[in-house]
Amino acid sequence: MQPVLQAKAINKRYGKVVALDNADLELYKDEVLGVIGDNGAGKSTLIKALCGAVQPDSGEILLDGNKVTFGSPIEARKTGIETVYQNLALSPALTIADNMFLGREIHKKGFMGKFLRFLDQSGMQELARTKLSELGLLTIQNINQQVETLSGGQRQGVAVARAAAFGTKVIIMDEPTAALGVKESRRVLELIGEVKSRGIPIILISHNMPHVFEVSDRIHIHRLGKRLCVINPKDNSMSDAVAYMTGAKEPPSS
Amino acid sequence: MSDISKDLQDQPKFQDEIGSKDQDHHTFELEKPNTLKKIQNFLHGNPTMVPVIILFVSVAVFGLVAGGKFFSAFNLSLIIQQVTIVGILAAAQTLIILTAGIDLSVAAIMVLASVFMGKLSVQMGLPTSFAIMVGMASGAICGYINGWLVTKFRLPPFIVTLGTWNVFFALVIFFSGSQSIRSRDIEANAPLLHFFGKSVKVYGAQFTYGSFLMILIFIVLWFVLNKTAWGRHVYAVGDDKDAAELSGIRTDRMLLSVYTVAGLILALGAWVSIGRVGSVSPTSFYEGNLDSITAVVIGGTSLFGGRGSIVGALFGALIVGVFSSGLSIAGLDVLWQRFALGCLIIMAVGLDQWIRRISN
Repeated sequence: MQPVLQAKAINKRYGKVVALDNADLELYKDEVLGVIGDNGAGKSTLIKALCGAVQPDSGEILLDGNKVTFGSPIEARKTGIETVYQNLALSPALTIADNMFLGREIHKKGFMGKFLRFLDQSGMQELARTKLSELGLLTIQNINQQVETLSGGQRQGVAVARAAAFGTKVIIMDEPTAALGVKESRRVLELIGEVKSRGIPIILISHNMPHVFEVSDRIHIHRLGKRLCVINPKDNSMSDAVAYMTGAKEPPSS
Repeated sequence: MSDISKDLQDQPKFQDEIGSKDQDHHTFELEKPNTLKKIQNFLHGNPTMVPVIILFVSVAVFGLVAGGKFFSAFNLSLIIQQVTIVGILAAAQTLIILTAGIDLSVAAIMVLASVFMGKLSVQMGLPTSFAIMVGMASGAICGYINGWLVTKFRLPPFIVTLGTWNVFFALVIFFSGSQSIRSRDIEANAPLLHFFGKSVKVYGAQFTYGSFLMILIFIVLWFVLNKTAWGRHVYAVGDDKDAAELSGIRTDRMLLSVYTVAGLILALGAWVSIGRVGSVSPTSFYEGNLDSITAVVIGGTSLFGGRGSIVGALFGALIVGVFSSGLSIAGLDVLWQRFALGCLIIMAVGLDQWIRRISN
């Protein structure tokens, strides 16, 4: 089967530090791929290469089998790869609807939109409302609420909804539960399930083993700049994963 | 087996418990908002209400204290005339401050543009419309230079505009030869420059064309800031530049356009100022830079960017106008006007900080 998104032998150095050393990654259709690794293993550099924030020194990235190069996150986004950043990349003083369409606003039709560049605000609000309710997030009552008045979990919800609304190929989530309480984390994990059931594969980077094990179909373990192994969460325990990750145990040969 | 691997085996179990489904004890009773909290919420949602309330209260107070003299249609329209220039400066300043910048050179850009307009048309005898166009272009170029220095060299706007303020002011002196162009000469050679000084009378109130232009600038900017993508991006860039960049906004291009548009508005202000003052004086509006910031801040726009409204700047300018007019009609010394204004600035910023604390 052809991977939706594939990284082949990616190298990236920062001066003398090797962040990625011939790293590979494959993401298939209809799956959640967990990516774990110790601090400094290079997993965030790998993810940044996939979402366009970092340009690899060598190696290639394939989307549906076609080679792609991303000069910036915007270019990656245009191909249908959406990223939910750890800091969420939301503008707190703008409304939920504003944030969802930031950088890709819809203009009004006709003269008002074409020449005066007026925004179709009711249209965008409607779409934002639809997207949020599709993901079961309409506990957020007012789409014109400013993002800074939302709780951490709700903000995460908005960021995920934005990615889900525009991500047609892949959604990458960087530590989506790191800043959240127990209940809010639960909600985000459910959201990941929702997005997956809509047929968009997800890459989930997290330090939280229970979360990764709960939602992932396969787990990519990154160590010393490259992929150490990919394990099935059903056949391996969390302690195994941590042991592989830290080098305390040899990975299963495959 | 070493201790380390035993620890490793324990750790996930611990995490397992934290993340497990039936741990829902993190629910909180929603705090019942008290009155103060409600006010804070309301002001947070409606940032322009603060200057509106201050404006109405101050008009009412001065009406009571200074009596009918203050409340006359003529005096109220005079206030609007007096704040026209500061209002236009504040409109441009608001754009810059919304992007988390500040422009100390606004008045210098305006005076430079007015010098170009006067010099070319009156002293060099070129067509007035051409002189106005050159003046407009000079404003846009000055704004562009500010924006270029801010984006290209990553310099803080405060420092950039502190520098360009001096540079532009020096150019004003150079091009004008520190000579004023007299009102009489303008009237004789380039009456078009006085266009915005003309006025209409309605029931004893007197409105200059310049005041109408100022109101028009505010209306247009309100629509642009609230109804177009460009306007939303101004807020997004000022709010969190990195987030805006990740959302796909080309923030540098955005900032460059904001500074250039501000320069263009200032050049319009230059034309209006010739009508208002009558002459072109290289030393006029020396305090305009700070006056514009005062109006913006009193108008409830946050100096940290991303928050505030363009209408606030208009109200801010009007509040300043009402204070000076009211206090002088009430017979107080000018020093008390400054005193009151200073207190108002500090109160406005304090209030802004309090309202912003809502998110924590």
